Amino acid sequence: MAAPRYIAEPAETLAVARLDGLCALFHEPSGATHIVAPPAPEILDALREGAADAATLLERLAARFEVEDEAGADAIAARLAELEAAGLVRRA
Amino acid sequence: MRHQVSLRIGPVGFRVGSAWRAPVAALAALYAGYPAPEDGIADFTVRLEPTRPWRRWTRPSIAIRGDFELPDAAPMALAHGLLAAEMGMNLQMALGQRFWLLLHAATVEKDGRALILTGESGAGKSTLAALLGERGWRLMGDEFALLDPASGRLHAFPRAISLKNGAIDVMAAEVDAARFGPLLEGTPKGAIRHLRPNAEAIRRMDEPARPALLLFPRFGQAAAARAVGQAETFMRLTQASTNYVALGRAGFDALTRLVATPAAAIDYPDTATALDLVEALWTGASEWRAAA
Repeated sequence: MAAPRYIAEPAETLAVARLDGLCALFHEPSGATHIVAPPAPEILDALREGAADAATLLERLAARFEVEDEAGADAIAARLAELEAAGLVRRA
Repeated sequence: MRHQVSLRIGPVGFRVGSAWRAPVAALAALYAGYPAPEDGIADFTVRLEPTRPWRRWTRPSIAIRGDFELPDAAPMALAHGLLAAEMGMNLQMALGQRFWLLLHAATVEKDGRALILTGESGAGKSTLAALLGERGWRLMGDEFALLDPASGRLHAFPRAISLKNGAIDVMAAEVDAARFGPLLEGTPKGAIRHLRPNAEAIRRMDEPARPALLLFPRFGQAAAARAVGQAETFMRLTQASTNYVALGRAGFDALTRLVATPAAAIDYPDTATALDLVEALWTGASEWRAAA
């Protein structure tokens, strides 16, 4: 089975505020507020380039940031599942 | 209603009606010197009614009614009628306020800057704000802070201060007895006595202030203070707000702006220690602002 591909909620539906190391997100369609830690905001940004699975997303993130060795595709897949549960990304 | 009183507290007008004379008379006495609502129009109405028609006379029992109601609110004894009126006013604000972001917090002001005290019930914010309000600060309110989402400024809501148990004697030693309401014993929170804010707090209640320092006090611990980061402050304030969710995006923007204010959690064993901590942190925040 192919790895699931995700797309992010459009940027205009999310208000973002940096709070020290964390990030508060307000999702207008649901009215819900989320507090997320890195790399969740970076994942949302990278997903806006187009639908991607965890491996593709990892390549995009690695091109922008110094990605630590242990942050493999599995870790990205776990973050994507969390963001999906929060309603901030969905399956493409 | 047979008896009623209208008054304005900060920007909010109330009309309180009652089937009995006593609660309205007590409220009017407690709020002596407060203005009437703008243009005579109240934002919220509270009604104190008998739970059953015949109970106006026999063992009278009060139901709190109004524009917004809690279906399962327990009726109260007529002897606690003033408390019922106060609770009714709180309830209208907590359930119905859609303009200001409401924070369950006490606020005092100095030099146009606001100190916000917020914490669990029993943290001592009312007592601290009441004392500060008699010692060089202007009391803006002990129950709700009104944050204007557009300007980021705080507006005063100087309701009568609800003093509980030991705090009653603390303030009795500090202020003129004429400013107190009746002693209400045997309420669900123990003994309660309301204190009218001083003349300056009432006279200046239309003056807003810029948030300058946020404190999260906790009573009953050895004296300590620690800085609180923005994310923790944000989470604490969403919990302290009664209408954050209802305000939607405006609430989010207002709170994320407010959390740029320096914040600290303070523990204190007694009020004298708390007042010293507050003054020291206030001076520190002023120096931090000057350096920034």
